Amino acid sequence: MSNDLDFQAGREPERYELTTPPRYCFEVDRREFFKFLGAGVLVVCVWKDARGMQESGSDKGARGQSLPKEIGAWLHIGEDGTVTAYTGKVEVGQNIRTSLTQGIAEELHVPVEKIQMVMGDTKLTSYDRGTFGSRTTPEMNLQLRKVASAARDILIGIAAAQWQVDRNRLVASEGKITDSANQRSVEYAALVKGKQFTETLPAEDPLIPATQWTVAGRSLPKVNGRDFVTGKHRYPSDQKLPDMLYGKILRPPSFGATLSSLDTHGAETIPGAIVVHDGNFVGVAAPSAEIASRAVSAIRAEWKSQPQISNKELFEYLRKNEEPAESGGSGPPGSLERSDSSGTAFRSETGSVDKALASADHRLQQAYTVAYIAHIPLEPRAALAQWSGDSVTVWTGTQRPFGVRAELAEAFRMPEERVRVLMPDTGSAYGGKHTGETAIEAARLARTAKRPVKLVWTREEEFTWAYFRPAGVIEVTSGMRKDGTIVAWDFHNYNSGAMGIRTFYDIENQRIQFHVTRTPLRQGSYRALAATANHFARESDMDELAFLVKMDPLEFRLKNLKNERLRAVFEAAAKKFGWGQTKAAGHGFGMGGGFEKGGNVATFVEVAVDRSTDDVKVLRMVTAFECGAIVNPDGLLNQIEGANIMGIGGALFEAIEFSNGRILNGRLSDYRVPRFSDVPVLETVLLDRKDVPSAGAGESSMVGVAPAIANAIFDATGVRLRSLPLVPNGLRIS
Amino acid sequence: MATTRQLNVNGRVYTTDADPETSLLFVLRDHLDLTGTKYGCGEGQCGACTVLIDGKARRSCITRLADAAQKQITTIEGLAKGDRLHPVQQAFLDEAAMQCAYCTSGMIMSAVSLLSVKAELSAAEISRSMEGNVCRCGTYVRIVAAVQKAAKVMQEPRQ
Repeated sequence: MSNDLDFQAGREPERYELTTPPRYCFEVDRREFFKFLGAGVLVVCVWKDARGMQESGSDKGARGQSLPKEIGAWLHIGEDGTVTAYTGKVEVGQNIRTSLTQGIAEELHVPVEKIQMVMGDTKLTSYDRGTFGSRTTPEMNLQLRKVASAARDILIGIAAAQWQVDRNRLVASEGKITDSANQRSVEYAALVKGKQFTETLPAEDPLIPATQWTVAGRSLPKVNGRDFVTGKHRYPSDQKLPDMLYGKILRPPSFGATLSSLDTHGAETIPGAIVVHDGNFVGVAAPSAEIASRAVSAIRAEWKSQPQISNKELFEYLRKNEEPAESGGSGPPGSLERSDSSGTAFRSETGSVDKALASADHRLQQAYTVAYIAHIPLEPRAALAQWSGDSVTVWTGTQRPFGVRAELAEAFRMPEERVRVLMPDTGSAYGGKHTGETAIEAARLARTAKRPVKLVWTREEEFTWAYFRPAGVIEVTSGMRKDGTIVAWDFHNYNSGAMGIRTFYDIENQRIQFHVTRTPLRQGSYRALAATANHFARESDMDELAFLVKMDPLEFRLKNLKNERLRAVFEAAAKKFGWGQTKAAGHGFGMGGGFEKGGNVATFVEVAVDRSTDDVKVLRMVTAFECGAIVNPDGLLNQIEGANIMGIGGALFEAIEFSNGRILNGRLSDYRVPRFSDVPVLETVLLDRKDVPSAGAGESSMVGVAPAIANAIFDATGVRLRSLPLVPNGLRIS
Repeated sequence: MATTRQLNVNGRVYTTDADPETSLLFVLRDHLDLTGTKYGCGEGQCGACTVLIDGKARRSCITRLADAAQKQITTIEGLAKGDRLHPVQQAFLDEAAMQCAYCTSGMIMSAVSLLSVKAELSAAEISRSMEGNVCRCGTYVRIVAAVQKAAKVMQEPRQ
């Protein structure tokens, strides 16, 4: 296939991550920047590709009035010495506000406290596709370090000119430029006073290598942590404006239901309630959340519903409802499936799989399934919308503020310049907040109410009207020689996605295919996407193959694996875990690992199965992880630990049940999430590769969890489980 | 027509005309603008809305306003003494026991309540007692470490 390189870079097309480019990109006037920011030094960084397109227009250090159109990130040093960096990336708990600050502090030589990050504001920050796919560390961290490094050079230049000395003898440190020969120094604030400097970067300036980092590469606590432990931070759902109303939406009884009759009289008689009816949209804005709820309950509506399948028929449905190869898939109206233009099937073939299978000593054919699961960000979707004339401003929790801006512009048939989306640091997302439903609903209510409206989804709404991690069926046929060399690999994923679908084992003949199918539920991105499903199938199958030839699973993997970085994590985790040691009765050991988005991971677990209760408990989990040069070791550990815990939920018990267009377990009392008692002893080995560019880590670290647990359950009991979740009701063996 | 009711929160008396059936959570957040207490599930399953009522951890989302009146309520905003953080708050910072931190208020309030009953706790006891608090980001190990650290600090003699 053509996109081999993209695959290696961890950038394969993923239809569940929406990547629509902006329709327009307007000129930015540098005078406007300074008008807004005040005097100082401004450095902008241009995306590499865009720079190529602009060569004729602006040069490095441009003195013209226009700035390049494709700005990746920018940074300003003000007259008070405050450094403000602007990025379209957003903070959802992955701690990039902190790690990006570290990168800037490192290059600019300023204390962390002097740096402010403005994030995810479509008016103030440059366009960004969204915060997903573990791209912040490899891309934005680099961009911001480059602008910071250029700003440092400008400051040295100003000081050199002022003192009329050779710039090479000046050193930047602690927010000052120092001339050691003359024992004098000057603060950045004093240097930029009354000046306007602009520098546009081609982004090739040399950076400080990871081996010489002093701020980056070390653990730094959350930069605004105090605001969170005191309750001071305002999440999207905490936002308020004077005269604000509270919104509530009337929901259909099932997916795809259409309104057949509506009587809003009861709601309209409630004092203060404003009813909005526009097509299938029915909602209320009221002075309090209680009144809004009461008014919605007073609405009488009849809906027309259609019969739909249940989770019991799901896998058969997916297997039988493949879309034609070139189709983008289809789902219920308004679903991500329809709106995503990158939704294409994927197929890759090398060697001759059929021939190799026919001549193999052992053949194995297995099918694995994964259920739909919910993200359950603890803060449900929330938005506060305010109209001013024909412009709208929306504060909302989303991983794609610019995407939500586009959705709003489309919904209200207005140009994007009249829409501003701001994203206060949000109560998590995990891939679940790519879309702007709440923003649109709040804005629709606010338009009629002519007052600001806040809408916070209930937990049940979040479960039902957001979207799910795609369910899937994966069929694997493999062939092997007697000595344990895998010779054929035929791997087919139906619906769950193409991310992580490639095998990293060295197999001469392989056919790997992602089949787009129809889907009964609205589905979208989720932390690690399909990499979890594909690793589950692949790494379970590896253990099944090892068992067939009676080989140790670790030895079997290493026999079929050349990639040094992956071998290193498997070996490191095995050593820390004590692979091969004796285990207690009823206990099992298992492993799973792989490569995803620049991160290499191996996960080893110990489980205990109580055969009297069929209860499965993960006791210990050892993870070896390597994602290049580490920016913030403790932040990285925190991400890995969290990904492991989240992985345990999807591996053991999380599953959405549905029937006839309704979610049957859409509340926390019905849907089990990992809690304190589910937490095993977590041990993490970090391999710091200072010679390899830093990659993100929030996703890749979880992909080994499910297969490691499945393999450990098999080791303990001889029972092979091939469906995620593995033990939603304990290990019941018929 | 609306009757007013007094609510004692963080040592301050507030007057509210909210319906007595309204959940305490919404009174705190919407009427009193104390938004540090969070909505997570609305059915007492996640602990994000935990506050102290007469010193004990309670789920404010399933507590009626009528049942909270006449009692001493403490929210996350009322824990620190001026600039000095409560030892549990400080321990959460020291142990980096958060990611998105949306659960943090509830976790801290549950821990404060727990430590007021028992000063010394094993990791297993903390886990068992805080089973009703969900951290979807999965920082449980760090939260247990933070509670243990706070317990230790709180037992040290005051300087």
